[in-house]
Amino acid sequence: MKKPLFTLVLAGLPLLAGSAMAEESFSQWLFTLDRMKEFRPVDNETYAEECGACHFAYPPGLLLAMSWQKLLDPVALEDHFGENAELGEDTLAEIQAYVIENSAENSYYKRARKITRSVQSIEPPLRITQVPYIKRKHHELTAAMVRDNPEVGSLSNCNACHTQAEQAVFDDDSVQVPNFQHWDE
Amino acid sequence: MHQYSLVLLVLLGLAAASAQSEQTPTAEQGRQLWIKEVLGAKGDSRACTTCHGTDLTQAGEHQRTHKLIEPMAKSVTPSRYEDPKKVAKWFRRNCKWTWGRECTAEEKRAILSYLKSQ
Repeated sequence: MKKPLFTLVLAGLPLLAGSAMAEESFSQWLFTLDRMKEFRPVDNETYAEECGACHFAYPPGLLLAMSWQKLLDPVALEDHFGENAELGEDTLAEIQAYVIENSAENSYYKRARKITRSVQSIEPPLRITQVPYIKRKHHELTAAMVRDNPEVGSLSNCNACHTQAEQAVFDDDSVQVPNFQHWDE
Repeated sequence: MHQYSLVLLVLLGLAAASAQSEQTPTAEQGRQLWIKEVLGAKGDSRACTTCHGTDLTQAGEHQRTHKLIEPMAKSVTPSRYEDPKKVAKWFRRNCKWTWGRECTAEEKRAILSYLKSQ
């Protein structure tokens, strides 16, 4: 009679340990209806404005802190994948702090954790499109759907197909590849 | 009577044409700079118009990400030039990308005057 209760308590222990490192308190975690399924949506205005000026403002949980650090180095930003993305000191400091605080390994959102796990055995890539988890999730897509699709062009253009990307929702059901019928993973 | 109206029409046309090209010398310099093409590092030709287009009342498009760029004409996007820090930031970045160097104060003044006149 006592055994099931004991098992239940035992099973609960890892959950407790997990919440200690999360972005929210244990009670917040326990009583929320939102199970932190996706990524934490972008919620820093400076980040959204500065990074979102040229491209989709990627949720910081898409990369590891080490990758963000390399990308957001003042010198590196002068050649940001071929573009000049220099930022003022104060602005850059705020953005760096924000992305590192919410980077993949510092986030308890489901997909962020999957990303962390997927890069464990490799050098953390600078490109989100090189993250093994992201590659695996998109491996069935053809060039016609992405590269040669005038409304997409690249896998880095998240919101071209992920209709709820702005809310950091990347669920299959929210995907609509332009010029193609509904695509099922 | 018919002849008179024809002359009038021609005169009107001339007036309209001259009004269109009427621009301060600085703004005209800015327009020249705006369309000036420079060979990029990869042998590609780059100008302000590469991303912003020639019609400033129309939206432009980021070459790589295809992100929409709001029209540069002040008449269409009035809030564009209100924050001097923002203006300085974009001049620094975009001059370097487009011409491979920072723009001089004079160039910036001319371009700004052109953009604001539109």
